[in-house]
Amino acid sequence: MLDATPKEIKVRSSGGLINPAKTCQPIGAMYAALGIHKCLPHSHGSQGCCSYHRMHLTRHFRDPIMASTSSFTEGSSVFGGAANLKTAIKNVFTIYNPDIIAVHTTCLTETIGDDLPTIIKSAEIPEGKLVIHANTPSYQGSHITGFSNMVKGAISYLAESTMPVKKDQVNIIPGFVNPGDMREIKRIAKIMGAKFILFPDTTGVVDSPMTGKFEMYPKGGTTIAEIKDTGNSKLTLALGRFASSDGAELLEKKCKVPALALKTPIGVKATDEFVMALRRFAVREVPYELEEERGQLVDIMTDTHFHFHGKKVALFGDPDILTGLTEFVLSLGMVPVHILTGTPGGAIGSGMGSFEEDIQEMLTNAGVTANVKGNGDLFTLHQWIKNDPVDLLIGTTYGKYIARAEDIPFVRVGFPVLDRSVHSYFPIVGYRGAMRLIEMISNALLDRQDRDAADEDFELVM
Amino acid sequence: MDTAQAIKERELFIATKGKQKTSLKCDADSIAGCVSQRACVYCGARVVLNPITDAVHLVHGPIGCASYTWDIRGSLSSGSELYRNSFSTDLKEHDVIFGGEPKLKRAIDELVEKYQPKLIFVYSTCIVGVIGDDLEAVCKQAAAKYNIEVIPVQSSGFIGNKSAGYRAACDAIMRVVTPRKRLSRKVNSLNYLGDFNLAGEAWIIRSYLEEVGIDVNAVFTGDSSYDTLKQATAASLNIIQCAGSMNYLAKKLQEEYSIPYIQVSFLGLEDTAISLRRIAEFFGDAEIIAKTEALIERELASTRPVIDRYKGMFSGKKAAVYVGGGFKAISLIKQFREIGIDVVMVGTQTGRPEEYDTIHDLADEGTVILDDANPSELERFMTQQGAHLLVGGVKERPLAYKLGIAFIDHNHDRKHPLSGFVGAINFAKEVHSTLCSPVWDYMYDFGGDLNGTIAKV
Repeated sequence: MLDATPKEIKVRSSGGLINPAKTCQPIGAMYAALGIHKCLPHSHGSQGCCSYHRMHLTRHFRDPIMASTSSFTEGSSVFGGAANLKTAIKNVFTIYNPDIIAVHTTCLTETIGDDLPTIIKSAEIPEGKLVIHANTPSYQGSHITGFSNMVKGAISYLAESTMPVKKDQVNIIPGFVNPGDMREIKRIAKIMGAKFILFPDTTGVVDSPMTGKFEMYPKGGTTIAEIKDTGNSKLTLALGRFASSDGAELLEKKCKVPALALKTPIGVKATDEFVMALRRFAVREVPYELEEERGQLVDIMTDTHFHFHGKKVALFGDPDILTGLTEFVLSLGMVPVHILTGTPGGAIGSGMGSFEEDIQEMLTNAGVTANVKGNGDLFTLHQWIKNDPVDLLIGTTYGKYIARAEDIPFVRVGFPVLDRSVHSYFPIVGYRGAMRLIEMISNALLDRQDRDAADEDFELVM
Repeated sequence: MDTAQAIKERELFIATKGKQKTSLKCDADSIAGCVSQRACVYCGARVVLNPITDAVHLVHGPIGCASYTWDIRGSLSSGSELYRNSFSTDLKEHDVIFGGEPKLKRAIDELVEKYQPKLIFVYSTCIVGVIGDDLEAVCKQAAAKYNIEVIPVQSSGFIGNKSAGYRAACDAIMRVVTPRKRLSRKVNSLNYLGDFNLAGEAWIIRSYLEEVGIDVNAVFTGDSSYDTLKQATAASLNIIQCAGSMNYLAKKLQEEYSIPYIQVSFLGLEDTAISLRRIAEFFGDAEIIAKTEALIERELASTRPVIDRYKGMFSGKKAAVYVGGGFKAISLIKQFREIGIDVVMVGTQTGRPEEYDTIHDLADEGTVILDDANPSELERFMTQQGAHLLVGGVKERPLAYKLGIAFIDHNHDRKHPLSGFVGAINFAKEVHSTLCSPVWDYMYDFGGDLNGTIAKV
């Protein structure tokens, strides 16, 4: 399918994209809102947006994804969407009865300039119910920015500092990761004995069990009370700067909860940092249970390192995931030669820094040089690979075209994964997640070696 | 909560056969705040045009619209794979403020240089409709510059629903098919409208028609290309499978090129046979008619016993249908009858009044008929009506599964052709594989009972 991709790289100056490595803000906002218990995400825009986001999330999670829409018409675009949104809020509470509606905007409503706070203030909201919002213009940032903005939105509406002394609890913002990852983050925090609030928390929402009933609002999600209480915590751990830092910083500003930005805990080093942060917070030794897991992981790394050493790898996906993955593949002795995200450096006004700088620093420390790009597309990645071939490709489902065209083993990690199942139930974070990543990577490499081996080279033990 | 009562406005969109004679409200805008299963104008336009394989499909707007429609249609190509890429102008804040035309021009320049297409579609999205980029002018200029066709598609999301997108796509197709000079008519040659070659379905129908001596001139739009579309006006008949998307085009082609059209359906044995006969009768050629009868006889002889065997396994099973267009719903009711399954709920996203009338006439007493349903309504009626199986699209699948209801994708994600005689068998096989899967036996709780059956542990 990608046979037409030329090897010769010419500067592209149009700013247009060929085969994007990102999608738009609202879907990230919708995903974050699903991490609030009894919340109905609401898309303020045309019907198509809501439909696409639900479809895309449904394909990735294979679970029903509920969200409502303002169903824009030509009239609402000319006269403004205030009437639509007010009607929508009224209808949603009447029909679907959520505890909270999380409204996000779209490029359309941002451009016509709908003033959400004013509209929400003048909407009919039943006693005890809540409406929050986030501005998520699709022409800025990416789905990761949208996730971050909705986290910020919820904190700005809900978080309160109500106590003179902070509680002995830590907020954890997990970033745009699968429920399997969120479960693992919670498990580690529990083992560390920390009292914590994970927000957003999509476990039990997008990985809900079969019950024979359709639950509009499954059991999972961070409760409104918990989100309010984040303002009383002693510390916020933001896992992944792109998706989580802004929310943590807002909590610091609004409720004086100190923020600590960490990498998404992928691989030994980043997981160690997460565990150490919890240890300092909970003031206790790391329990043997975790020591053992860590030891097992390192044991596996030593058992298998010769499979990986010097193997060239191309990575693409979301920035927070890539930061962790790059560090991890370096720790296995692999050589990341192409690293690309579709997300631009940072949304306007956010202090999240530069993806390219972060990655380059890691590479420099490891003595590796690589192509690194933010705001890139998969056409660019494909051209890089054509010019400097790799042994392995790691990324989202969209990588399968390149993997096929260049005949490269391929490991699916990140969002979205549309053509495989079960991936969202198991973690890539924590020591266990790292073991899973090693299993996936070595299966991909060794299956290929077996497939390609001549009869005389085909071996039982590898 | 009783949804239909909770929201009065929705009542007019729901009917029960036998209970009331008033016609169903449809073809209206969705109510703000509903969890609608519908999509937008852009979506309608994109799904119709996307299978044109050697075109560059350039989405002019912020990234989302291009990302979500990247290679999701499952339309197969026998030639170019260009349509499977995702091209976007990725509009940013600066473009929204100062206008996106310069960026669009540059993007077209780059794509022409890279891929040398003969045809480019430029899709308008919500933003473009609001900021007022003059797509027509930019496309005209680019077309003149490169001597290719660059066609704007007026598909801003908010100007209507998916049906408006179908019309926008048909308008764009009309511009492609317009020949430089009028083509002479080919004998025994037809265009096949409203098949997108999902899982190779258009190829199946083509093989039937070719066998009986009828040439398939162009398919709209499954596995079509710039060159085949340019020849479209040489056909002497248009047959339409998906009416929702293509009726408008068929009418236009009749008005401007005097090509008559007939509605066909290749879903199910009965409809496939009827459709082939109607096509043969249209041409009136004795040899074509004889060959058609021979083909039907041969195919029925081999497929009927298979269908009957499945029919025996499905007795007492009930199905619910929720699909995009009305015509597909009508065919599905008939096809389910062929395999001995009663349809107890029928709904569509964008069915037209006359289609709902047909559905009403065709349906059994007590069947619930509904337009633009939301998930709660689907749940309520499927449960109330005791459906064992739902036919729908991506978003309906996990909903059905959560209720312990079997599911068949009759939309973009289908992997087996469901058209023609072979498609009828595939359909029965798929029904069997989901309805009779052992997984449903595990739907019980420890000591409990989720499905009205006795727990097995």
